[in-house]
Amino acid sequence: MSPNLRIAYRFLTAKKRAMLMSLSCTILGVGLFIVTQATTSGFEAFFIETILGINGAIRIEDKIQDTMRSMEAASGSDFQVRQREGQKYIEGVEEPQQIISVVSEFANVRGASAVLRGNVQLTSSFTTKDAQVFGINLEDHLRVSNLAEKITNGSLDEFRGSPSGALVGRVLADYLQLGVGESFVVFSRGESRRFHVSAIYETGYRDVDKANVYLHLSEARSLLRKPTGATFIQISLYDSNRAPGEAAHLEEVLHYSVKPWQVREQTWLTAFRALRISSAITVTVFTLIASLAMFNTLAMIVLEKTKDIAILRSMGYERRDITQIFMWQAGIVLAIGAALGALFGAGVTWAVGRVPLPINGIFKTETFVVAWSARHYVEAVATAIVMVMVASLVPARRAARLEPGDIIRGTAQ
Amino acid sequence: MKPAPAVVSSVRGELALRCTGLHRYLGQGEGRVHVLKGVSFEARRGQIYAIVGPSGCGKSTLLYLLGLLDQPDGGQIEINGHLMSNSDDLARTAARGAHIGFVFQFHFLMLEFTALENVMMPMRKLAKMPVGEMEARAHALLESVGLGAKSRRLGTQLSGGEQQRVAIARALANEPSILLADEPTGNLDVKNAGMVFDLLTSLAKDRGQAVILVTHNPEIAQQCDLTRPMRDGVFV
Repeated sequence: MSPNLRIAYRFLTAKKRAMLMSLSCTILGVGLFIVTQATTSGFEAFFIETILGINGAIRIEDKIQDTMRSMEAASGSDFQVRQREGQKYIEGVEEPQQIISVVSEFANVRGASAVLRGNVQLTSSFTTKDAQVFGINLEDHLRVSNLAEKITNGSLDEFRGSPSGALVGRVLADYLQLGVGESFVVFSRGESRRFHVSAIYETGYRDVDKANVYLHLSEARSLLRKPTGATFIQISLYDSNRAPGEAAHLEEVLHYSVKPWQVREQTWLTAFRALRISSAITVTVFTLIASLAMFNTLAMIVLEKTKDIAILRSMGYERRDITQIFMWQAGIVLAIGAALGALFGAGVTWAVGRVPLPINGIFKTETFVVAWSARHYVEAVATAIVMVMVASLVPARRAARLEPGDIIRGTAQ
Repeated sequence: MKPAPAVVSSVRGELALRCTGLHRYLGQGEGRVHVLKGVSFEARRGQIYAIVGPSGCGKSTLLYLLGLLDQPDGGQIEINGHLMSNSDDLARTAARGAHIGFVFQFHFLMLEFTALENVMMPMRKLAKMPVGEMEARAHALLESVGLGAKSRRLGTQLSGGEQQRVAIARALANEPSILLADEPTGNLDVKNAGMVFDLLTSLAKDRGQAVILVTHNPEIAQQCDLTRPMRDGVFV
């Protein structure tokens, strides 16, 4: 053990109460940082997982058409100037299969599914409700969504084998009092057609579960009288975080409006971001308290140990040794505080993850959602290191600046 | 500024310390006091020097300057032939660790450490020998001050006289060529004062160290090789 570390340890253990206070604050600071990060990012991650599962990472929606302004020279001349004036969006996707084949060439694309959407009215034996039908090719759509995992009643096999089968959301099915195998009528454009419930799904995203009905694409085309094209193409990616870059690239290549999930879900993501910033501020206050406690402890030790500092200086200990002795004290508290704080944070995160909290709105959960990430621990410890060390520098440097002659003479400032 | 007085030399042994024309002011503004007014002094190894004088005459200030704990406003200090008065804090600190030992009126032991650890403290900084050797040497020093049996005791578990003896052992830890003592017996009873002084002088003489001590005690001053009375910031 280096002499400076040995001295630091003894100085620190001589002030047990102050040291325990600093240690407690550091443990709380690190622990609460981890818990707050785990809970806020837990809900955000769960939301992202839910919406990626339902809507995919990217959607190709509308065709972009440049609007041009033309100027022609006097009659008899072939000279013509065309200037791009703006963009116009033409709703829907023409020739979706061609686009899917282009999209599939992208290395990050896991799957692409053409979807035809239309507003309809659903009538069961009990009531009528507005809804949206989504015409899908099941196998394609299973590659771009987690629909298979969300089936709560019935089976996808029944849907596969039955052209009049439909996948109905849990909330909508409950409203219409529909069970698996029961039939309902879909009204669209003055035409009605009977379907039956092949399966009921529950994504946990209430807006989806209360309105969306999945039909076979061919049936939807017939019902909505759209023999070609699609409303949008849903794409899933191997790395969803790269969606904005991939979307920009696709937009340039396809000349279609391509929206990544980060843009599509901007409202919710902004809310989560605000929540994260708010919790970060709270967490910073915890860590600030820890650093102030450390500052207080060290300042107290500097005041009480001025004579020891003087004698150390008289024995040949340099100013930087004195700084080191006090920084070591902060380091010891930090090391123990960070380790115990991480354990405390992990324990509380585990406990919070078991707190009952039924949510069914933008996602479905029965308990508090927490995220386990090493990054939270690294960030918590790094924040504590920076704040505690910066706070410790002031008393440490003050201790190093003390003039031994002044201390011994009793005139130290 | 007065011209520096002629250097008085007590020639016996090698020159360990020399200061010439030292000036030192303390305080600021109207409270600024000219404490040392051109003091010159030499100390040779194996000699015991006593600086005596009334309170406030500048004895301790001179001692701190000689020990490189403070910097003069004028004049020069040489330690073992090296001019130190103009050197930076790092060089002065290194010189203190290697060449100078201090004994203060109040022992200034680090109370969280045992007697042995206190004596080892300067050696650990100098790091000239392995830890085992440091420990053996610290033991030997504590034996020489009669505290071999109490080497594992904390500073708080020792009496005032014992603490001061540990401080002497600590001052001798790095074999300094100069030992500076500021009223080393000032806080002790007569019996302990005599014992501490005898220890300090005998150990220093044995090791050929120059001892400069500041004292109010005329009996102790009489036993030194040379006594330098001081008044109003100058030797008289």
